[in-house]
Amino acid sequence: MIGTNIYFDHNATTALDAAVLEAMLPFMTQQHGNPTSRHSFGRHARSAIERAREQVANAVNAHPSQVIFTSGGTEANNLAITGIASCYGISQIVTSAIEHPCVHRPSLAMKQRGWKHSLLGVNESGMVRTDQLGALLNTETSIASVMLANNETGVMQPVAELAEIARRHGVTMHTDAVQALGKVKVDFAELNVHAMTLSSHKINGPQGAGALILDKRIDIQPIIHGGGQERGLRSGTENVAAIVGFGAACELIQARLSQHDSHIRPLRQRLENGLNKLGAVIFGATVERLPNTSFFAFNEIDGETLVMALDRREFAVASGSACSSDSAEPSSTLLAMGVEHDLAKGAVRVSLGMQNSREQIDAFLAVLEHEVTRLRQLTAIAV
Amino acid sequence: MAYSDKVLDHYENPRNVGSLDKSDPHVGTGMVGAPACGDVMKLQIKVNDSGIIEDAKFKTYGCGSAIASSSLVTEWLKGKSLDEAAQIKNSAIAEELALPPVKIHCSVLAEDAIKAAVADLKAKQTDKEVA
Amino acid sequence: MSVKTPIYLDYSATTPVDARVAEKMIPYLTEHFGNPASRSHSFGWVAEKAVENAREEVAKLVNADPREIIWTSGATESNNLAIKGAAHFYSGKGKHIITVQTEHKAVIDPVRELERLGFEATFLQPEPNGLVDIEKFKAAIRPDTVLASVMLVNNEIGVIQDIEAIGNLCREHGIIFHVDSAQATGKVAIDLEILPVDLMSFSAHKTYGPKGIGALYVRRKPRVRLEAQMHGGGHERGLRSGTLATHQIVGMGEAFRIAREEMELENARIRRLRDRLLNGLQEIDEVYVNGDLKQRVPHNLNISFNFVEGESLIMAVKDIAVSSGSACTSASLEPSYVLRALGRSDELAHSSIRFSIGRFTSEEDIDYTVALMKSKIGKLRELSPLWEMHLEGIDLSKVEWAAH
Repeated sequence: MIGTNIYFDHNATTALDAAVLEAMLPFMTQQHGNPTSRHSFGRHARSAIERAREQVANAVNAHPSQVIFTSGGTEANNLAITGIASCYGISQIVTSAIEHPCVHRPSLAMKQRGWKHSLLGVNESGMVRTDQLGALLNTETSIASVMLANNETGVMQPVAELAEIARRHGVTMHTDAVQALGKVKVDFAELNVHAMTLSSHKINGPQGAGALILDKRIDIQPIIHGGGQERGLRSGTENVAAIVGFGAACELIQARLSQHDSHIRPLRQRLENGLNKLGAVIFGATVERLPNTSFFAFNEIDGETLVMALDRREFAVASGSACSSDSAEPSSTLLAMGVEHDLAKGAVRVSLGMQNSREQIDAFLAVLEHEVTRLRQLTAIAV
Repeated sequence: MAYSDKVLDHYENPRNVGSLDKSDPHVGTGMVGAPACGDVMKLQIKVNDSGIIEDAKFKTYGCGSAIASSSLVTEWLKGKSLDEAAQIKNSAIAEELALPPVKIHCSVLAEDAIKAAVADLKAKQTDKEVA
Repeated sequence: MSVKTPIYLDYSATTPVDARVAEKMIPYLTEHFGNPASRSHSFGWVAEKAVENAREEVAKLVNADPREIIWTSGATESNNLAIKGAAHFYSGKGKHIITVQTEHKAVIDPVRELERLGFEATFLQPEPNGLVDIEKFKAAIRPDTVLASVMLVNNEIGVIQDIEAIGNLCREHGIIFHVDSAQATGKVAIDLEILPVDLMSFSAHKTYGPKGIGALYVRRKPRVRLEAQMHGGGHERGLRSGTLATHQIVGMGEAFRIAREEMELENARIRRLRDRLLNGLQEIDEVYVNGDLKQRVPHNLNISFNFVEGESLIMAVKDIAVSSGSACTSASLEPSYVLRALGRSDELAHSSIRFSIGRFTSEEDIDYTVALMKSKIGKLRELSPLWEMHLEGIDLSKVEWAAH
């Protein structure tokens, strides 16, 4: 069945899994205690959080004591960058040129406080240049942050390799694994990073929960002060229902990861075969990517216009990351890859999920062909 | 905080609650702790003419572990000589009640209460001998 | 009607989500799951519309403009953003902050953090009834005072501060005034058209909404500026980045709508229950109410039971879910810092219980609680050497304790 309003924007957010909702519901109503309270209502909430902590830890091969719950990926990234930086004197932070704004902007805020902020470039496929890292790391550098998978292109980054280089230089290494979780294997121990960001709503969990996985030997200062929850690293009454949902979603991804891959990879292949036929440029197609993501553009077609046209035909896709949808600037990831400004402005992102089907892909390609032809004709007239 | 079953049992059904006549020459009274610290323990022992403790009573202002510690020692004290009583160690109390580390001070307080009661009784008896 | 134990009397720690709120939230967990920041498709638009409707509801409860409401993950984050955000932004004008010793940790700790960064802070001691003396506040103002933070309703003792008077003083002296209202919504009428307040923190889960969502009111006229504490996608006009949890926002909006429409009736009912509880407990000897009884929210009763110890008291009353001190400090064995700031002895601070009544409390619950307290206090006093001494007429303050 094709259905109406087909959702192809799973990198922006995902629908809540029914099993996750079921796990959450009791904590929205009957099991309403404040986990800090010592009575039975509080203790039930506390043990639910500790169970979720184990589920999250298990999903990424970390220890439960390494999990710090936050309100989401943005907060976890801010905590990692700002919190770790405040334990160092003014020095250098290195991030890749394609980080999400919630890594990039806190780094810029450090820069305002006198830090040096250096950008690690990417090659034309969108992969971070490991060869550049060594040169950027010097005695001045204290933190490096490179995402595990890019939110726009889906390109996997060589984080384990970068972490090894960082460790050799005594640099604290953080990775934003928000987009990778649930789509590929994410192994905190194997990546050998010091800190890693996760988010619930990208893995069919609820919005409002995320985590920083942190090597406990790393010094860190909280960014939200108060009641001392999460070992003093994140004050504020825990969002119990969302945390429980996050835990449940983590348990599901473990069971479903291989199923996810075998369902989605052929769908994307089918999509990209069609895109190639239509003459699209697919970014990062030659390197390892998240199996669900396809970031592409057509010459001489504005991405924003195409996305709006697709929306009218009830296909939900993105023209860039949701957070920057407000800005008219082309994707900074594509510019960092050296993509020409005009082509970059044409970029459209399709990110697939388990609910998507072959029929939906075929219907999408048919609509896309129609719209691309129509828009090309408009452009031709305009010229 | 999770309490052990033994703590809960002593807390729910404290043994030997009450007071003995503190002016009785056979009664020794030990009062330790301070309200500001959150625990005050009053332990009383009564010895017979052969110096064996035949009765023990307590009253405790304090947490469940403090109440359980004092209740437990009143049971242990009966039938012991004063020297044997003075041998009771806080570690034995803590072990018997499975006290968590933050509650070890309750067992220390109970040991102190025994020592204070024994000392009070010995002082009374010395006074009597002197008299 | 029979009573189901444990009876929940800890509505100041957190409240259950009202069934009407949960019902409103669930569609945004299921079919309307879009990211409100997605501008390119209807999934995003539906979510965005829901977020804006909720913003209006929150604004209406406090008579503010929806554009003055910024979403956060909760009152703790709101307090952090308000205090650190304003202090940093206005630090050029001065580095002195005034607050009160009885504030929530989520105010005190950010202020302490600012002290570490070179700010100076005055922590005012309230009067023994918990209220701030306006003259003392006035006396604390310095030429370099840039920020003051005073809570509307205290979380432990429920007293209501005279925010209007304090706010007027702040206005006169050009001081940014922040008010933590986490405990106030639905209990006290708040009119930000009238109140001279620049920043106000709100929480959903204290007012029958979900956990994990709160808001910060940021006045537009005269405009108050903040330095963002969380950076990223530029959500909430750049003041607070991060994907908004749509279902939680929707829940907060609905919870605040219900509060606006029902608070008058609800508070009258709850006040009757509170007075019934108070009258019942006052039949016990040697009990002391903490905090002013008149200038106080209707649902709070904080009371100390002399000559019984706090932790054993909590153990004895496990059929009722209450707090000894604030939920956020009860992990430690320290007596409540709020009660100590009122000048209560450590013993009375230790033996205090906060009863907080709410939407789902019944008269039977209150009667059961009074009977339970009477019997348990009796039993614990039977065990208490201090009670025995009190009955013997010994003045405990004159005793030399063998403290260790």
